Amino acid sequence: MTGLVFDLLLCALLLAAGLAAVVARGLFAGVVFFIAYGVFVALGWLRLDAIDVALAEAAIGAGLTGVLLLGAIGQLSRAGAEAPAPRPNIPLALACGGLSLLLGAAFLALPDAPGLQAEVAAALPISGAENPVTAVLLNFRAIDTLLESIVLTAVLVGVWALARDDAWGCRPGLPQRVRPDGVLAGFGRLLPPLGLMVGVYLVWAGTKQPGGAFQGGTVLAAVWLLAAMAGAVTAPRVTDLLLRAALVAGPILFLAVGIAGALGGSFLGLAPAVAGPLILAIEVALTLSIASTLALLVLGPPEARA
Amino acid sequence: MSGFVTFFGLAGAGLIGLGLYGFLAHAHLLRRLLSFNVMGSGVFLMFGAAAARSPALGADAVPQALIITGIVVKLAGTALAVALLVQLARSLGRAALPEDEEGPRA
Repeated sequence: MTGLVFDLLLCALLLAAGLAAVVARGLFAGVVFFIAYGVFVALGWLRLDAIDVALAEAAIGAGLTGVLLLGAIGQLSRAGAEAPAPRPNIPLALACGGLSLLLGAAFLALPDAPGLQAEVAAALPISGAENPVTAVLLNFRAIDTLLESIVLTAVLVGVWALARDDAWGCRPGLPQRVRPDGVLAGFGRLLPPLGLMVGVYLVWAGTKQPGGAFQGGTVLAAVWLLAAMAGAVTAPRVTDLLLRAALVAGPILFLAVGIAGALGGSFLGLAPAVAGPLILAIEVALTLSIASTLALLVLGPPEARA
Repeated sequence: MSGFVTFFGLAGAGLIGLGLYGFLAHAHLLRRLLSFNVMGSGVFLMFGAAAARSPALGADAVPQALIITGIVVKLAGTALAVALLVQLARSLGRAALPEDEEGPRA
């Protein structure tokens, strides 16, 4: 009963925070509500027993997306683009409310359907991972994850393509100015060691427990971004070969394993005897690539230094 | 279907409408992007709740993996959109498309 009340309250908070994020008068307030909203959604995933998704939502949905949007506000105001308070559009609101009602009715009318729990559980012993979500991500549906890691690289190419000609070869993102005795400088030194430990742990634990390359990689990206914002590290130049190698290490290793599988019979097929070590190797390489790609995506295209 | 899963499914449906409203009603592109993210997580929530309707079997890993993939791709798309709209604002001095400048469309 207390569980039901908690869930009802959580759903109400989630909807209220989402509403506040969408219709907030100020853009900054909207983004702050959006970050709070992301944390509520992560709590919702916990209640739905989807701990891996909760970790991803907290790290990516609330964390990195929030940083990205806050950074965008700063860049827009520097570009002189003002954000007027939005005007309500009542007919549109009614139409969208109607759509929500229809979707809700459709959800209630869904027939009971068995999931794939039994199939996943049956194949789990030969998958090389004990966490079923990791088994799906890196073995049963490895093609999705491979393509996803390639999409990330392609998006980074797209972001870098927006650099001005004179900025190519420079460091990504605008230079950070930090007060040496400020809060950011302090936290930028205090939190990275802790975050580093959490990130590496999430990757290491990911084959057995909730966690994995995406969650761990995101935490590592956030740690690096925090250190960069605090001025403790500087971003490498976009032409740096080591950086380029880190960006593609994951997809290349993944693809190589896939092709090796193809020679043995099936593309991306992992032989049960070596599946465990292979999954760990792919996870480590993917973590490196995901962490560096996500951090650079949030920083944006290279900028010429004045 | 257990009660609490229904709440999250319905909340997801509400968020989809909410996000769609913001996406269509705002002229400011960053507000649109934020609303689009709200709509996206509403879709994920509804999908995840639909997959969690038979708790006797435990959580289904396949939809979870799909949603994690979706969350990462959503961030990548958001990052590309932010980069595009910052460039637009730098060249035009405003963060809205020219056809959306004169108030709401007729």
